[in-house]
Order: sequence, then structure tokens, then C-alpha cells
Amino acid sequence: MWLPSYATPSERLSRTLVVAFAVAVLLFLIAPLFIIVPLSFSKDPFFTLPVREYSLRWYEDLFGNPRWFEAMMNSAIAAVLTTILATTLGTLAALGIARPDFPYRRVIMALLISPMIVPIVIVAVGSYLFFGEFGLTNTRAGLVLAHTALATPFVVITVTATLSTYDTNLTRAAHSLGASGLSAFFRVTLPNILPGMISGAIFAFATSFDEVVVALFLTAAEQRTLPVQMFSGIRDQINPTIMAAATLLLALSILLFAALALLTRKRAR
Amino acid sequence: MNAMSTDTFTTASSSQDALVRFSQVKKSYDGIHYVVKDLNLDVAKGEFLTMLGPSGSGKTTTLMMLGGFERPTLGHILLNGNPVERLPPEKRNIGFVFQNYALFPHMTVAENVAFPLRYRGIKGTAAREKVARALGRVGLEALGDRRPAQLSGGQQQRVALARALVFEPSLVLMDEPLGALDKQLRERMQIEIKQLQTSLGITMVYVTHDQSEALTMSDRIAVFHDGRIQQLADPKTLYNAPENRFVAGFIGENNTMNCTLVGREKGLAVVRMADGTVLKAADAPLTGGSAALSLSVRPENIRLAGNDLPPAQNLFSGQVTDMFFLGDHMRLSVAAFGGQIVTARIPVAQVQGIAVGGTVHLACLPSDCRLLEG
Repeated sequence: MWLPSYATPSERLSRTLVVAFAVAVLLFLIAPLFIIVPLSFSKDPFFTLPVREYSLRWYEDLFGNPRWFEAMMNSAIAAVLTTILATTLGTLAALGIARPDFPYRRVIMALLISPMIVPIVIVAVGSYLFFGEFGLTNTRAGLVLAHTALATPFVVITVTATLSTYDTNLTRAAHSLGASGLSAFFRVTLPNILPGMISGAIFAFATSFDEVVVALFLTAAEQRTLPVQMFSGIRDQINPTIMAAATLLLALSILLFAALALLTRKRAR
Repeated sequence: MNAMSTDTFTTASSSQDALVRFSQVKKSYDGIHYVVKDLNLDVAKGEFLTMLGPSGSGKTTTLMMLGGFERPTLGHILLNGNPVERLPPEKRNIGFVFQNYALFPHMTVAENVAFPLRYRGIKGTAAREKVARALGRVGLEALGDRRPAQLSGGQQQRVALARALVFEPSLVLMDEPLGALDKQLRERMQIEIKQLQTSLGITMVYVTHDQSEALTMSDRIAVFHDGRIQQLADPKTLYNAPENRFVAGFIGENNTMNCTLVGREKGLAVVRMADGTVLKAADAPLTGGSAALSLSVRPENIRLAGNDLPPAQNLFSGQVTDMFFLGDHMRLSVAAFGGQIVTARIPVAQVQGIAVGGTVHLACLPSDCRLLEG
């Protein structure tokens, strides 16, 4: 980072510029934080900075107001169900694709991760029309299914990455020692690909918990998730409760990110 | 070559003693190329049999078929007289030691060794005793609480061995288990494995591409090349009486020189070399299937021609092209028989007055010279 003492003045200048630019970019990226977090603790019902008086009233509203609380619960339930489904399906898909005799691997892999690339609005409209046929719109099941499609690619990718370092001889060794297919999977394969599964699960949870577009299309008032509630909140009545919700989402994201970092560091050891 | 397969069948011990029998086993992954072509092989109870060959010779595929990880395309594998080619590995009760050990990284050493016991209904104190005994046999009784990653390569190898032996299988398979170890450790492990095999009376099928490893440990060696067993014999026979040019070249070092058979005399074959020199060789039954013949003689069996030689020696001379000092001997490369390079190992004390470019007179016993087809 810092230059040795024999650096020339022009080297010093260019290094200073690079550092200044990098700091500016980082500030730009986290600038919303400096607005949202203080505002969420403001006592005023208006968005004014600097904050004149601090209070927790918007957090009280967030947890006390049934609309907000239900939205949080809806989000949590949908995210947990999505995580379970996406982690299971994504792991199974990754295990299948990792087999050396798996046919059309590249095509199927591309299909599996396509929800990550297809524009989210198209996924939303598509699932809205398709799910309508089966009565799945305005149901939690429909939302969870659509979110699972969005979240599964993350699990496929992380588990595939873990499997690339997994020694298949471990499975063979388990078999040779007497373990049947399922037993070998749960006692040997699963513990060794667990870090990849957990990383994928964290991504899946975050994908579902933050998702707004598909949720807007697929939910009615009863299944309304936190991001949808925030979105409609912004349009209808400007209210700092949104800031409290946003801060909470932010805190959750940081928590998940930290968990992920901890996990990768543990794996590296 | 066709005669070889029936040969191997008869050299194997009688079928009552056979723990394993490969009967006309063929294996192909793509339906066109056969990795294993018509394999017939008996492994006797209590035997240490090594499958030796270069990579791609079919030896590992053969081991994988025996372990249950690959299914033969054709033919049968009998274990204790019962066909097992459709039996999954977990039902075969065979110990398997993998090339990279395949220790379970998320379990301790003791848990690794205890793994096969759970599937055999052995629990609690009985299991702990068995684990302790197995670890004791390989000298690791103190390391049961460690993780595999905390062990050295040699220790990991021993854990893999303990794990494959703890459930007392009658047959243990090993796939190049010492390949990752350094030379000294490898040589020590060879002796340890051989001692364990003998003291426990288990049958072992061992795969390696290292010929000295095979010679050290084996009761019998099956030399694989091109999907076929080239020769199946005990180490001494294999070394002293290779049956074809591949085996002669693969086991130890050998000079193989083109020649033609001109007659037979007093139980010896008389051959003419490329430059017209006439030599004698131990007579070998030739199938006549191959027109080309070669004379094979090991470098250590070639000596300097002198006055103290017994009669009936093969004598030839050539020009020294290279000389290397190798501590206990000198290695001479000699252009003889019209330009063929012959390598000889000569004791250092005898190499006096010999220089690169000079002419040297060499001798070898006809009984050390073997006539090979191909």
C-alpha cells in the first residue's frame, strides 16, 4: 500500500491519486448507509439531516405495526422455505452434474444458472402468467417456488465449487468399508461439502429476503414481504419506518456476509 | 500372446485355494477400446500378488473391478467361488487402500478406523478395542485423537492401512499406496506392509508401477501391458526368465539386441547378431508366431573378457561410447554388433586402461542370455 522511501515525487503523486479515487468509490458505495442509518434513529417524521433528536420510535412502529411485522414474518418464512428448497435441490443438481459420466453437462449447467442471468422482470412476469394457470399467484407457495428458482443457481455454483476439490475416492472408501449409498452420502460426502452448501444457503436466504420484483407480482396483502411493504410504503406515505426496515435489512446482510467470510476462512485453514 | 492367457491359468494355484478368480474378464468404457482384454487370473489364499505395469496397462481397472467400483464388460469375477461382478463394493467385505489414502478429513484418526465397524454391528468397548489394536499394529496408538491433516504422509498411509484391516477382511486391495511417499519411507513401508500381510495371513492384491516395489513385496507378480497379463510369475523367475521383450525391458534393466536363430547345439540356441557375431543363448520354447527375435542380457551379467574365464563363454567386443561412475560400479556403454549400444556394469576396480573411444572385450554366460520373441 505505502510506497518505499526511495519513491520519486511523480510516483508519490500517482499513488495519492489512485488512493483518493479508491476512497471516493468506496464512499459512494456505502454513502446510503450514512443517510439511512441516522435517519432511522431520528425522532422527526420527516427526512431531515442532520438528525436533531434520536429515538427508537420507528423501530417500535416496525415491530408494533401489524402491517410491518406481518411483512417481516412473511419475508422470514418465505426466505427460510426458499433456503431449504434451494439448498436441497441445488446440492442434488450439483452432485449429479459433478458425476464424470453426466451427459450434456454444459447445457444443463447453463439452464440451471439461467435464472441468475434472465432479467428479473421477465422472471416475474413469466412466473405470474405461468403460476396463474395453477392458482399459485397470491400464494406463499407460489412466492417460495419462484424464489427457489432464483436462489437455486447460487447453491449449484457454490456446491459445484466445493465438489471440484472433493475427492471422490472418499465416497469409494466409504463404500469399500461397508457404507451403502445413503449412508456414505450422509456420513462422508455431506460433511465435506457442507461449507459449500452453507454458503449457497446464505446466498439463497439473502436472495429471497431482499427480492422485490417477483414478490410484487406474486403476492397479495396477506403474503406481502418486507421489501414489497417498503416499496409500497415509499409510494403511498413517506415514513421513516422504511428507514428502520432498511437498516434492519442492512444489518442482516452484513451479518450474513460476515458469516460467509468466517466460513471461507475456516475452510481455508 | 494368445498362448499366454491359458498359460497364466495353469501357473495359478489350484482352484480350491483360489480366493479370487478372474475368468475371461474384459472391460471397455466406450465399447470400442478394451482397457482389459481377456483376463484370466487366480489369486490364492494368503498370497501377495502384485499387478505391475505402466500407466494405462489395465492394472488399476482390474483392481477397481475387483473392488466393485467398476463392472466388467464381459466375464466373471469369483470371490470364494461366488460371482461378485454385480455385487456393490459395500457387500464385498474387501479392504481397500487408495492411492491418496482417502481418509475422511472431518473425522479423527480413531473415528476413521472405527468407520467400518459400525456397519458390522461392532460398537462401544468392542469397537474401541479393535480400533486400538488396529492402530497399535501400525504404531499409531497415540494419535487416535488427531485429524488426518495433522499427520505426515507416512502416518496417513498407516491410518489407511489400519482402517482397511480393522474389520479383518480376508482380502485387501492396494492401489499404488506408497506413490506419494519419499524413497526411504517407501522402502520402510514396503517391509511393514509385507510383514503385516504375512503375520495376519491376509490375501493382498497390490497395484504398482514401481518394479522394485513389486520385486520386494510380492509372492507373485502379474506384469500388465496393453490390457493383458504379459507374464505371471514369482519375482525371481520374472527377473531371471522374462518371457517376452516387454517384460525383459520393464523388469530391471536389460540389453535387448536383434538377432536371428541359426541352430541349436547341446541344449543351447545359436544366434547370429546383426554384424555376424555368433552367440549362444539359453534355449527357450518359441511359438514361432513372431519372426523377429532378440537376445536379452542384463548389464550386471556382462563382464570384461579375461584369462580367468570358463570355457563356452559368449565373447564380443565393441567401442566404448560412454562411461559413468556410479559408486560401486562403472556403467559402460559399448557400441557392439555393428552399432547397437550394449550397457554393462563393471566393478570399478576392474576398469583400468579403459577409456571412451577405446575398444573393450566383453563376455557373458550363455545361460544369462535369453532368447525373446518380438
